[in-house]
Parts: sequence; structure tokens; C-alpha cells
Amino acid sequence: MALTIKVNQKSHSVDVDGDTPLLWVLRDVLGMTGTKFGCGAALCGACTVHVDGVATRSCITPVDSIGTSEITTIEAIGATPTGARIVQAWLDREVVQCGYCQSGQIMSASALLASNPRPTDADIDDAMSGNICRCGTYLRIREAIKQAAQTSKQGSVQ
Amino acid sequence: MILDHLASRAADADGSPSLNGLSRRGFLQVGAAAGGGLLLSLSLPLRNSDAEAVDANGFAPNAFIRIGSDGAIVLTMPYVEMGQGTYTSVPMLIAEELEVDLKQVRLEHAPPDEKLYGNPFLGVQATGGSTTIRATWKPMREAGAIARTMLVAAAAKRWNVAPDSCRAQIGEVLHGATGRSIKYGELAADAAHMPVPDHVTLKRPEDFKLIGTPAKRLDAPAKVNGTAVYGIDVRPPGVKIATLAQSPVFGGRVKSVDDTAAKAVKDVRQIVRLDDAVAVVADHMGAARKGLAALVIEWDDGPHAKLSMDEIAGELEQATLKAGPVAQNIGDIDKALASVVTKVEATYQVPFLAHAAMEPMNCTVHVRQDGCEVWVGSQVIARAQAAAAKTTGLPLDKVVVHNHLIGGGFGRRLEIDGVIRAVQIAQHVDGPVKVVWTREEDIQHDMYRPYFFDRMSAGLDDKDMPVAWNHRFAGSSILARFLPPAFNKGLDPDTTDGAIDLVYALPNMHVEYLRVEPPGIPTAFWRSVGPSHSVFVVESFMDELAAAAKQDPVAYRRALLDKSPRAKAVLDLAAEKAGWGQPLSGRVGRGVSLQFVFGSYMAQVAEVEVSKDGAVRVRRVVCAVDCGTVINPDTVQAQIQSAIMFGITAALYGEITLKNGRVEQANFDTYQILRMNEAPAIEVHIVKSSEPPGGMGEPGTSAIVPAVANAIFAATGKRLRKMPIDTASLKQPA
Repeated sequence: MALTIKVNQKSHSVDVDGDTPLLWVLRDVLGMTGTKFGCGAALCGACTVHVDGVATRSCITPVDSIGTSEITTIEAIGATPTGARIVQAWLDREVVQCGYCQSGQIMSASALLASNPRPTDADIDDAMSGNICRCGTYLRIREAIKQAAQTSKQGSVQ
Repeated sequence: MILDHLASRAADADGSPSLNGLSRRGFLQVGAAAGGGLLLSLSLPLRNSDAEAVDANGFAPNAFIRIGSDGAIVLTMPYVEMGQGTYTSVPMLIAEELEVDLKQVRLEHAPPDEKLYGNPFLGVQATGGSTTIRATWKPMREAGAIARTMLVAAAAKRWNVAPDSCRAQIGEVLHGATGRSIKYGELAADAAHMPVPDHVTLKRPEDFKLIGTPAKRLDAPAKVNGTAVYGIDVRPPGVKIATLAQSPVFGGRVKSVDDTAAKAVKDVRQIVRLDDAVAVVADHMGAARKGLAALVIEWDDGPHAKLSMDEIAGELEQATLKAGPVAQNIGDIDKALASVVTKVEATYQVPFLAHAAMEPMNCTVHVRQDGCEVWVGSQVIARAQAAAAKTTGLPLDKVVVHNHLIGGGFGRRLEIDGVIRAVQIAQHVDGPVKVVWTREEDIQHDMYRPYFFDRMSAGLDDKDMPVAWNHRFAGSSILARFLPPAFNKGLDPDTTDGAIDLVYALPNMHVEYLRVEPPGIPTAFWRSVGPSHSVFVVESFMDELAAAAKQDPVAYRRALLDKSPRAKAVLDLAAEKAGWGQPLSGRVGRGVSLQFVFGSYMAQVAEVEVSKDGAVRVRRVVCAVDCGTVINPDTVQAQIQSAIMFGITAALYGEITLKNGRVEQANFDTYQILRMNEAPAIEVHIVKSSEPPGGMGEPGTSAIVPAVANAIFAATGKRLRKMPIDTASLKQPA
């Protein structure tokens, strides 16, 4: 069945079963491989994308549930103001190691910051504990989110 | 790891391979690069002098530097990037001597070639054992220095001045007296014809500009915008996606398959039936997974159908009742034990562990009549090529292998089972096929950190100090399978690493290892390899001796370190920074560990809180490390943080168990990984040193597990001799 989904402000027509998880449509049908497969069961967060700005596990999200919602992926998150701050903080704080989970981490973090510009440690734990990093970069992720929140605050003062 | 012990027999004075003097013997070749420019092909002497232990046919070039006419420095990386930062630290070594900015360095993955790119520490083209910096520390700097010397010579000739009146700086050669300069790219073609210097003098440490400074990771930008290409991301034209079910019992076979429903799934193209696995080939992974779920497979479980943990652990325990090959003997253990005042005995066990890297196992293969192409992230790319050749029956030169970034290796990608499996499937598919394992397959068909059973006994003298140390343990030898010649006289230098050559002065010490291969479960290297087991046992037992002596665990260790000043220094530093001895309230305790493995000294102090119901929270870890010369201090800190999280995961949750021959864990719900809300604060303190660099990717993992267990003892009085931590045993009595 042909479906139309909007990814990073571009419409795509895809012909897959409606219950196909969004993850595979992005990676294998549309060739957008920045979004990663980790578990297939919403246990690790590697596949996180934004659906209308909300962090969503694409590995368990049927493509026919998207409707006209806007999907944003790692390939475009740097073009949003919050995403750009998060990405810059990730680079400044030298967060990445193997890097495989970081697409999902960045998507979860930018959704957090967009809805909560000044997250506490507890807020960060709540938003980020669904994202596993096997390299254990959690301490730098936390620092980077705080840095991005700080630059956001400075931005609003100016 | 491994091969420290083998390698040490042939080590230079400072334990590092070197290029100096090699050009005279024809090991360094220089020529014009295709497209113009200077091509340096380095050769490293194999550090292993034992011709039988590894392929000693190894005086061939080891790495390539290419300086293009456009000034680009292209470095072919013989060691693969899997998070450990090698794609930044190795370029730093070259750039330091070559006098270029890191931004000028471009990196390429090395193709498979054991002779060109063999790791001189390992004897094979492998990234593992925390060896990369140790193996490249000298030769990569020499490579840069040789190239720089020739570039300077080319400029001096062009200007008709003495070479020593010129100097190199940020990718160009300057003539100070006249203020002239020429960029490297413009000199590259001439430099290729300059004589190769027989000997180069490397910079003094005080002159380093890059080494010792926190360089930015060169691989980071592509990893934050979705453009980095891991093996799982390759998409050759027309590629199909396959996923698979392998026999749930190791050694089992497919008895029958009903694929009617699977074939009916939209976008499923083909079902491939192998002897011991079934694969569903589809247009995308969504359809492949749906097809897999629709398969009805009947398995013949084979000889291990009833295998249980009791059987495996029982066999290991039984094995330790008899003597085994002696890994180390100092003094006379029997005599010493006969006259001690206090005797302490204990047994320890560590479980099978999965790697559970975030990037699930995958490999993409295109088998054609006359050749085979493979795309994979591998720690052993030449072995991957050989495996594909063997499986297809094609000659090696008809198999092209492309290496890729690895989404977490931890030892899993030192194995080629995933390549063989993908090739087997691809042989039935017309066109390229990407075989992606589900997480469940990844966990249930891993090759696991071995289970070990350890029997310890020690004797204390009238001052309560240890005068006898007796250690016998049994478990799988990975090296015996991975590199058979390295397994000698029943001994395995990886498995015993961390159990022998201790930092402590023990007048009578005896260590025996018994190789026992458990049936029906494959084993493999896992981050911190042999020490992942042995340091837990040694450092837990040392803590038991301190407790038996009613002495402070730090002071007790310290008294045994007079001949090991670097070990004493890291212990003192960790204790001081952790506030060792300062009071704690509640069920909170501090535990210490100390080790010298992978060429690095490390002490850790863990601060752990145990709740009334037994739940364990690691609140804070202080780590002091002396890893010799530091290349990139930011990487040292990152690797220690990473390795500690990895070790805490193992201590709290890590356990693979078998029931009826089947692995019981399947995904991140049953094989848990430490999460953000559980992450402790970590402090890393680096001891300044000009000793040769030690390994950094793994030591943090082996050190944290005993530190946590010892902290739990301090908090609760309960000694944990079996990993992972049994929280039920830590419940506070009502």
C-alpha cells in the first residue's frame, strides 16, 4: 500500500505494508541511514526520531500511524535551533566514541531541550535513560545537554 | 593482552617496535605515489621472535603515508576505529613529526593485508588488546620524521641551501635566512627521489606540540550528523536485506521449515535454508523480520540439547581439584603454607558475558561467479577476507573487503563468524545482500567471555602479611582457538594475564591454569580479556587477606609495593583523591583495586551505596592511572569513563546463562546495560610520565569490578565471590 510520509520537510511516497516500522522505511527504503537499529523493541533508543517534535522510537512506530505528522531525523536536526546547539555541544564536549547510539542520543536530547530549556539532572535522567550507550558516554552527554541549555539561556538574554 | 607476553621476548629496550635502521636492510620503500607525490611504505619488525608462534614472514611494509601534490596527507589506518579514538591518536603521532596540522590529515581504512598491515604486537592484522598506541608509538613518529626529512631535503636542494638551515612547520618547509617557504604538496614529487634517511632523531618530549594535548576527535563531526558510515549502513546498488534464525542450541540443525506464510509477506523475496540457520531475504528489514516471525522452523537440537549452567560450572569446579600447568611459581608454596599463622581460602566464579555492542552483527556480501565483495566493520579485516575466500572457494585476490567504522567492537568483531554466515547466505542470492542480525540473534549467538572457576588459598605470617599465594583456575582458552601457536604447554598468556606477575611482593606464589572448554558455547575475547576475570579474583582475594589481617585495604596493599613505585603512586593518588578513610554514613562503602595490565598502572576507588533491599548503586569512582606517555589526554579520560561503565554493567547485570542448551537472555530487557540514571560520577587522575605509552581501551573495565565488590564488602560485610552481584544476598536483615 502506498503511503506518503513527510521526512525533514520533504514528502516521500513509499509502498510497504502499513505495519512496517518507520525505522526500516527510513533506512532501507529511503536510504537515510543516520537513524540506527539497536534492539527493535524500544529498549535502547538508537532509532529515536522526532514525530512532530516528540522523541519517538521509530523501530516500533508503524509507518501508517504517522499520517501527516512531520518526521525529523538526525540528518536534519542540526538545522533546527535547538538541534544545532545540541550538536555543537556534542562536538565541544567530545561526547562520541563509537558513535553508533549518538544519533538517538542527540534526537532525545534535542527533544528534551526544545520542551524544557533548563532541565535539571533529574529531567535529564528521565529523558535520556531510555537511550543506551555501550561506550558509556553518559557523563559527557549530561555535560553537553547542560552546555546547550546554557547557550540557549545566553541566547535569550541577548 | 595476549600478546604482551609473547612480544616481550623480542621487545626493544623501551618495549616498542621501531623503524630506525630498517631502511638499510631494505624494509623501507619509497616511491612516487600514483598521481604524483611521495609514498612512504613503512615496515615494522614483527615483535614476536618466535617464528612458530605467528607468521614471522613479516618484514614487509606496515602502513602507508601518502602526500599528494595537493598537500593532503593521507594516512591508511591499519587499526580500525570502534570508539577508542585510534583515528585521532595515530594521526597525532605522524603529524607531530611530520609537522602538519591535524586538519591536513585525511584517513582511509586499510584494506586486508596481513603482511602490509599486521599489528606487530599481535602478529596478525588485528585491532585489539589495547595495543594500537603501543604498537605504533615509535614507528608512526618515525614515519612522519622520515617523510619530513625528505621533504626538507627536497626544499634545500631546490633552494641550493643546507638542509639544516631549513625547518618544517604546518605543512611547509621554511628557509629562515631568506624567509622563503614551499608547501609540502609542491615538494612531494621531488621528495620521492630524495635518499631515505637511515636514521631519524625523534623529538624530545618537551618539544611535542600535539602529543600530550587534548586533540579533537577526527571522526566526531560525521557521527553527529548521520553521515558516518558503519558496516550496517552500506547500500550497494540493488542490495537486499536479510535477517536470520540460527539454531537456538549451538551445534543444532534445521530439521524442517514451513515458509509458506513467510513467502506471502509483502516484499519478502527469498528464503535461504542452511544446515543450521534459515534466512529471510527481503527488500527491507521490516519485511525480513516479519517473514522471520512467520517461519515455522523445527530444529534438531543436537548433542547439547540438555546443557545447563550446573553442568558447565560443575565441570570447571571439578577441574580445579586436580593440579594443572604452572603459569608462575615463586619460592616454595607448600613449604610456606605449612608454616603460616593464618590460612585464608576462597573460591570465585565469573559468568559468560555477551558483547552487546550497539551495532548488531551485520555483513554485506555480493557473491558473483568470478569474485566476491564484502562490506563489514571488522577488527580482523584480513581474516574476514580469508574467511570469505574459503567459504566461496574463490582465490584470495578475488575477494574484495571494505572495512567500515564499527559501532562498538569490545572483541566481538575479532571474530569472523558473521562474515562466514553472510557469505553462506549470499551464495544463494543473486546480487548483494546485507545480512543483519536481530538483537536477539546478536545476544543469543554471540561468542562469550568465558566462565571461570577459581580456587584461592593464602597464608599470613605472624605480622598478618601474605607469605604464600596459591591460585588455580579453570576455563576456556580463547587464544588456543584464535592463535593456536600462542597456546603453549597448556598455558595461555591472555588467560593468565593479571593472575601472574602481580605488582605485589609475594615471596611464595603459585598459579596454575587448566584449560577446560565448556561444551556447546563458543567463547571469545571481551573488553579487558584475561584481566576481566583475573583482576576481579586477585583484587577481591587481596581484600579478603586485608580483612583477615584486620587491616585497611589500601595500607595492606601499600605494604607490598616497595618494589613497584609506579603501582604505589597510583594507589596513593586514587586513595587521596577519593578521600579514603573519611567517614561515610549508612550502607555506603569504599572499595579499592590495583592492577598492572595492558602496560598501564591503574588504581580505582569505588564508592557504593547498598539499599535495604540489596540494590547497589555505584555513586562515585576515582581512578588514578599511569599509562606512560599520554598521546591524547582527552581520549585517556574518555576511555576510562567508558571502560568503567562497561565494567559496572558487567558487575551489576552481566550474565549469559544456558537452559536446555539455549541462551536465556535475548534483548536489553534481559541483558541489561547501565543507563544514564545509574551512571556514577567518575574522576580520572593521570600521573605525568615519560615512559612509553601503555594501553588504554581496556584496563578501566578489569579494575572497576573488584573495586565495586570490595566497596560492597565495606558497606555490608558481605563478600561477593561470584559475579554478577546477587542483590538478594545483600538485603538487610530485618
